[in-house]
Amino acid sequence: MNWVNIVLQGILLGGLYALFALGLALVFGVMRLVNLAHGDLGILAGFIALALVQSAHLPLVWSSIITIVLMFGIGYVLQRGLLNFTLGTDDTRPIVVTFGLSIIIQNGLLVAFSADSRGLDAGALENASIRISNQIAVGWYPLLVFVVAIVSIATVQLFLNQTKLGKAFRATSDDREAAELVGIDNRHIYALAMAVALVTVAIGGIALAIRTTFDPSTGPFNLIFAFEAVIMGGMGSLWGTLLGGVVLGVSQVVGAQAFGTGWGILCGHAVFLLVLALRPSGFFARTVTA
Amino acid sequence: MSERATLGGGGHIAAGGGLTVPGFRVARSRRLHLYVLIVSVIVVAVLASVPMWAQVGTSRTMITLFGLVALAQMWNLLGGYAGLISVGQQAFIGIGAYGLWFLADRLNIHPFVAVIGAAALAALIALPIAPLLFRLRGGYFAIGTWVFAEIMRIIVSNIQATGGGSGTTIMSAAGIPFETRIPGTYWIGLTVAVGSILIVYFLLRSKVGLGLTAIRDDDLAAQSSGVNIFRSKLIVFVVAAFGCGAMGAVVSLNLLFIQPSASFSINWTAFAIFMVVIGGFGSIEGPLIGAVIFFALQQSLSQHGSTYMLLLGAIAVVMATKAPRGIWGWVVQRWDLHLFPVRRGLVIEAPPERAEPAPPESASA
Repeated sequence: MNWVNIVLQGILLGGLYALFALGLALVFGVMRLVNLAHGDLGILAGFIALALVQSAHLPLVWSSIITIVLMFGIGYVLQRGLLNFTLGTDDTRPIVVTFGLSIIIQNGLLVAFSADSRGLDAGALENASIRISNQIAVGWYPLLVFVVAIVSIATVQLFLNQTKLGKAFRATSDDREAAELVGIDNRHIYALAMAVALVTVAIGGIALAIRTTFDPSTGPFNLIFAFEAVIMGGMGSLWGTLLGGVVLGVSQVVGAQAFGTGWGILCGHAVFLLVLALRPSGFFARTVTA
Repeated sequence: MSERATLGGGGHIAAGGGLTVPGFRVARSRRLHLYVLIVSVIVVAVLASVPMWAQVGTSRTMITLFGLVALAQMWNLLGGYAGLISVGQQAFIGIGAYGLWFLADRLNIHPFVAVIGAAALAALIALPIAPLLFRLRGGYFAIGTWVFAEIMRIIVSNIQATGGGSGTTIMSAAGIPFETRIPGTYWIGLTVAVGSILIVYFLLRSKVGLGLTAIRDDDLAAQSSGVNIFRSKLIVFVVAAFGCGAMGAVVSLNLLFIQPSASFSINWTAFAIFMVVIGGFGSIEGPLIGAVIFFALQQSLSQHGSTYMLLLGAIAVVMATKAPRGIWGWVVQRWDLHLFPVRRGLVIEAPPERAEPAPPESASA
């Protein structure tokens, strides 16, 4: 038993959670929408990629790219055709609608793919590792996911800070009426934000599908972990989600090692509650939310 | 949906100055409500007699309906009145189920009495968890309740004494003779269902209910008028936990078998949301109608499994976007009908057509 190794694994697992958390945080930041179907949309992406590999016999890389593009489109249409109508009414409607969506996706996947556990096969990459010392080894694949998470967060952050469209995202987030007055089409911006969020969640879903087995009921767990990463990291901070994800990942892996596999997830929840009790605004609170 | 008048007391208010204003008072009850009361008493009496003449299967099916009614009322109390959208009420249903098992099988309390204890346990656990969850707002509060339900499920699944993930039979309840167990469970179930309606009714008529209405309309204004938002929400959260705990205990008493994946299932939340969305938010009548409709759907379609759940989700999404007031909201809009006198309304005592300069008798009192 090597604790350095275990903590390292936890940190890398945190990258996966950050990927799921990124989209949740982005959507909440831009339109104050909490998407309860977020985790299920990630699993949907996993199943789409799986279907493309198994039925269309595409290589994993190509099926992943097609899945990501598809999820961008699904995100845009979903927001424009449904979720936009739930915004600006009351708090209840978006929650009810996205929860209903979660039920629809889960049971739709059950009908289409059954309850069997599946996995995406990435070949030799899954088990290859780098040996740093005699006791410390880092898997190539978890490291790759962690790097992808960092690149994704950096890209979204750069997009928000540097591009004209990113400026529109931030303007809409700050004041939706004023943004509309200067000619920004909020409905379009919201749809684009959801599309970008679903790209990140698709990357997360595919990464998860390669890392471990998944089935139609896995979605809510991803939502919960993403949520914990967002809250711990601090709402409004994208880099915070990475730290939140890492704290969650380390808590789970260390907890599982210390108390047995059944208790690992619970340790993650316990650390989350502790952070909520002691530092409810998270590690990097940026914006004060209404 | 807003109150037409919230003048306190309900006494007579005379119009000052030269204006001729007819006498009015603020009232909640109308003649209609007397009839509603009479009909309700008859309905409950007929329901109470069911175990004496109906088949056992009918009684057991009815207990399912009672559970659904209580669940819908509690979820609506949270979501429709206090603005607390929970997707984690299964936490308290599960605590009720496992609380019943613990009190009855381990502490040898009679299962019928243990139902109250199990509900109290749920309320007791809700008390410290509420302030923590209240730090989260809106959708994040919703996921927070879900996390709490997951925590409870994992803890119960990991304790070997409860039978772990494979569940356990409630032996003490199974030992009660059939002729006593079914009617007993039935009457407890009926009490929980009727009790859930009465709790919501009296809570809404109390100061807490008035505060909740104010919070719903404008929480900032409510706060500055002295409404304690935290206290109002805490009371609602704990009451809802109690109701869901009682409901979970009754359902378990009916099934005699408990399992973490069933007791703490997210499906309970899906059912609750469906019932309230179909029936209508923010009324007592809405969730009641929703529960009956859902019960009918469940009895006829639930064997279709995933397709049935898919249908429920789709109906909820369509209703929430196209008809967010639900069935009862539509009735209210059309006929301004309110069966339960929880709202305060203005009662004009003299017809305004009277043109005499002197104010009417009743107004000068």
